Amino acid sequence: MADDDYKGPVPVPTPETQDFWDGAKRGELRLQRCGEDDCDDVIFPARSFCPGCGSRSVTNFTASGKGKLYSYVINHRPPPGFGPEPHAIAIVELDEGPRMMTNIIDCEQTPEALVLDMPVEVAFTPITDEISLPKFRPAGG
Amino acid sequence: MESRSVAIVGAAETTELGRVPGLSKIQLHADAALNALEDCGLKPSDIDGVATAGEAPAGIAHYLGITPTWVDGTAVGGCSFMLHVRHAAAAINAGLCEVALVTHGESGRSRVGMDRFGGSPASLAGQYEAPYGLSGPPSMFTLGVLRYMKETGMTHEQLASVSVVQREWAALNPRSTFKDPITVDDVLNSRMIAYPFRLLQCCLVTDGGGALILVSKERARDFPTKPVYLLGTGESVETPMISQMEDMTTSRAFRVAGSTAFAEAGITHDDVDHVMIYDAFAHLPIYGLEDLGFVGRGEAGAFIEARNTAPGGPLPVNTNGGGLSYMHSGMYGMYALQESVRQMRGTAPAQVPDAKISVCHGVGGMFMASGTIIMTNEE
Repeated sequence: MADDDYKGPVPVPTPETQDFWDGAKRGELRLQRCGEDDCDDVIFPARSFCPGCGSRSVTNFTASGKGKLYSYVINHRPPPGFGPEPHAIAIVELDEGPRMMTNIIDCEQTPEALVLDMPVEVAFTPITDEISLPKFRPAGG
Repeated sequence: MESRSVAIVGAAETTELGRVPGLSKIQLHADAALNALEDCGLKPSDIDGVATAGEAPAGIAHYLGITPTWVDGTAVGGCSFMLHVRHAAAAINAGLCEVALVTHGESGRSRVGMDRFGGSPASLAGQYEAPYGLSGPPSMFTLGVLRYMKETGMTHEQLASVSVVQREWAALNPRSTFKDPITVDDVLNSRMIAYPFRLLQCCLVTDGGGALILVSKERARDFPTKPVYLLGTGESVETPMISQMEDMTTSRAFRVAGSTAFAEAGITHDDVDHVMIYDAFAHLPIYGLEDLGFVGRGEAGAFIEARNTAPGGPLPVNTNGGGLSYMHSGMYGMYALQESVRQMRGTAPAQVPDAKISVCHGVGGMFMASGTIIMTNEE
């Protein structure tokens, strides 16, 4: 069920990112790993090669969905479609290495509640029938 | 580039800065260009190289009536003009043109003749950043600062001192938008924009423009203005997505551009008399001082708080008042270059006595790109 209240920008997948968004729709956080034995880099955002070594041998896999809160701001001027309340725009560092921009849900949007390095886990928010956004909540809540 | 092989002989801003609703973006480019031409006694027909960002170089060349043999439309945000200066020097040295014009104009406040802002929802930023409730640079450029504070121990008060010190410089500059003194408490009590950033830690939004004219050192002797020589230059880019920086507490593009320029100039930090560091937000001079190597990791907040960069301090930084208090049209790099030229000519409102070397460092996008230009007034 899509969130009818969502009025923000809707991602449009490309051929390279389709697997990520298909996974998000199923509730899986999809990353890529370089296929070279001597590289093994984890890749995000998705592309059809490894930016670490240039190899075209990459495989998609489902990540743990676990990470930690790396940094954030609390936006006191939310854009149209995001409600009147200040909300955190966060960077989460995944256990697999990459960082991604996200929102932190099921958590007060205050400096006291949003503690850097606290463990978080992915939770998907459907915004259309096709697109679910990966967001994160405090882990083990 | 061979050090001192190219000089800036013409430099000017638009006649008016701040709120200029009577001029469109392209006319702001032209107003600045005409002022720079007048500054060094040239006409548009004397120009054979054009570099610009925000407008296409063809648009500027045609608008001004120039027939160029070299153009550069490198557009990497607010430091594009640092890259244009670097590329123009290479072009002059290679004989691709003889007299290069670099222009900027932006109706940042009045929005006259401006393009729409925003990218495609199929871009990577459109897929992986735009849906999270962003409100432009104030909510994005600032994203790494809590991480920086945790790793270095920088305090909110130290971050606030950046705005306080720059307002002191702005008070010395008649063309500054804001001149009234402010305190750390004033900064920390101003309206919250994107925690931990408050209003007085965010740049202005104003209208204006600027232009530079460059020639070889041999031709520079023929001009009425005091030549300002390029001593060293550097550039780099990292990522258009701030969430994908290698490390959000330091800029790789800053480090590459800065170290390249210092190596080319063949100088040490102790040789530097004056510094400009593009300050769209209060943390940029902090990152800049560290990534350029003026201070060690985690030391810049205390360095600024201790008034080392303030009027009378040993390392004057952002002496025009900066984007925080002087003006900020959107792509501020041109104004940083203009202030470095004024300091090297000895004509700055807040002139640093006997300044001989100026480091001018720009950022483009949100840590997307960087350009560093080191200038000197000694041939």
